[in-house]
Amino acid sequence: MRKKITAIDIILLLVFLIIIVITLYPFLNVLAISFNDATDTIKNINFIVPRMFTLSNYKYVFKDSDFIMPFVTSVSRTLIGTLIGVVTTSMLAYTLSRKDFVFHKPFTILFVVTMYVGGGLIPEYLLIMRTLHLGNNFLVYIIPGMIWVYNMILVRSYIDGLPTALQEAAKIDGANDFQIWYKIVMPLCTPVVATIALYYAVGQWNAFMDTYLYAQKLPTLQFKMYEIMNQATMKLDVHGSTNVTTAITPMSIRMAVTVVATLPIVIVYPFLQKYFIGGMTLGSVKD
Amino acid sequence: MSSKKLKAKTKTRLSLWTLWKQRYLLAMSIPFVIWLIIFKYIPLWGWTMAFQNVKPSTFNKPIFQREFVGFDNFVKAFKDRLFTQTMINTLGVSIIGIAIGTLSAIVFAVMLNEMKFRRFKKVTQTISYLPHFVSWVIIASIAKNVFNDGGVIDTLFKTNFHLMSTNSILIWFVIVFIDIWKEVGWNAIIYLSAMAGIDPGLYEAAEIDGANRLQRIWHITLPGIRPTIIVLLIMSIGGALNVGMERQMLLSNPLVEQHTMVLSWFSYKRGIGNSDYGLGTAIGVFQSAVGITLLLIANKIAGLFGEDRLI
Repeated sequence: MRKKITAIDIILLLVFLIIIVITLYPFLNVLAISFNDATDTIKNINFIVPRMFTLSNYKYVFKDSDFIMPFVTSVSRTLIGTLIGVVTTSMLAYTLSRKDFVFHKPFTILFVVTMYVGGGLIPEYLLIMRTLHLGNNFLVYIIPGMIWVYNMILVRSYIDGLPTALQEAAKIDGANDFQIWYKIVMPLCTPVVATIALYYAVGQWNAFMDTYLYAQKLPTLQFKMYEIMNQATMKLDVHGSTNVTTAITPMSIRMAVTVVATLPIVIVYPFLQKYFIGGMTLGSVKD
Repeated sequence: MSSKKLKAKTKTRLSLWTLWKQRYLLAMSIPFVIWLIIFKYIPLWGWTMAFQNVKPSTFNKPIFQREFVGFDNFVKAFKDRLFTQTMINTLGVSIIGIAIGTLSAIVFAVMLNEMKFRRFKKVTQTISYLPHFVSWVIIASIAKNVFNDGGVIDTLFKTNFHLMSTNSILIWFVIVFIDIWKEVGWNAIIYLSAMAGIDPGLYEAAEIDGANRLQRIWHITLPGIRPTIIVLLIMSIGGALNVGMERQMLLSNPLVEQHTMVLSWFSYKRGIGNSDYGLGTAIGVFQSAVGITLLLIANKIAGLFGEDRLI
């Protein structure tokens, strides 16, 4: 069937162009400000190409130890949290995919129930801070949110869809359940593992509330951003005697940090696209 | 019938021998069940605090030695000077968000579905998801550039709109707008996949019968995604009181805080800020109870109108 291009199609095209501009403009604006001279920015904020190009905003951010530690914390929690999340989630998912497992049913129910009811803010806060004393401890970024039940279900339904012949063959050859999991099942699960790894990584990198609630002394990049945002005036120490003429404003610093904090997301974005959408359609097939 | 039989066959009896035989499976799952009980079920047990007087000094006492106060914490919450305004804000920002958010996601999905230029459609979609993956902190930082006094919009129109500094319900609309800007592309995905499930034969038949484009959208596309719309609406009505504290807090500032305070934030403020654990928990329990009630009511109404129900 040949499709005719009508006036409506042209209008749609224009509407989409406007949507693209509205979506991208704020990002480009941030990028431009981060590369623009701070005093020049104050005159007029509305631009997407740097008027007076400079790297001083970034130089400031990368020299300042206030930003280096949060950056390291963010990177470590993303790497460690994702690794632990993926391993534990897929291990658990495998055991729950085994219909012959004695606790198959009760364990599955225990996990699924928590997707619908939760204790809420205050009881969780008290558990973590008062009972377990995890405040300002790096573990608070890893342990409480270690497994997302939704991700576990994704992996489990994926394993359910795999042919069981391989598992049975391995069993006959004398492999134990642990070996079957990591030698047979895991290699077959690469697509779904990539999906949940991205979920965990984005979640970890973007997390803000856990720092705000539990570990303000162990700030992440996101938390640092929040702090800069809420400072009307920031104490800016000009490093030693290096050119005093370069002015730096809290806004320019904020923009440079915004770019640094967004960059990893933009870099993994092509993969995100592919696997996230896959994850969404997988998720719609629930049992 | 036959599937029932099959299930009965594969079910394993609990015995010491099976436990030993499945020791690897047990070792691979029990640690996570313990983790689950600690981090998900103990906080649920913490709901008992809503009916007790719990302050930092009494928190470490065993549960039965704390003072039970019945519904006092709830009464105290409702009588709080901030409560009425907080409730209004929560409902206001929620209702506006659900209404405009659902509508814009459907419109966006329909437009994408109607788009004939394949590659351009793909590009638009890709760009529209991007903000979904960016954290609220970054979105807030970007939003401040755009909406603050002297920001992008003020400069563009050469007037000062005070979009983020007017102490009124204007801030609800600004927050909803930012939320839609962030999520509309993502929320449209589910409608698009529902549209992909519509039989193309219907469109061809309609075309032969002389239906124009709008008629085809109105009589085929929209009825086709109707069950999806209903289910998502019921779910979002159930979550109407669970407006996230993160978004509200990040997009707020002292000037407009009166209109951005929502229940979860209020619960934090009283529970942790003022160290009244019992009161804070009670607000959380109230939120959950109302949420379930709203869900059931919405579900019932959908049933009355002859729609597919969620439960």
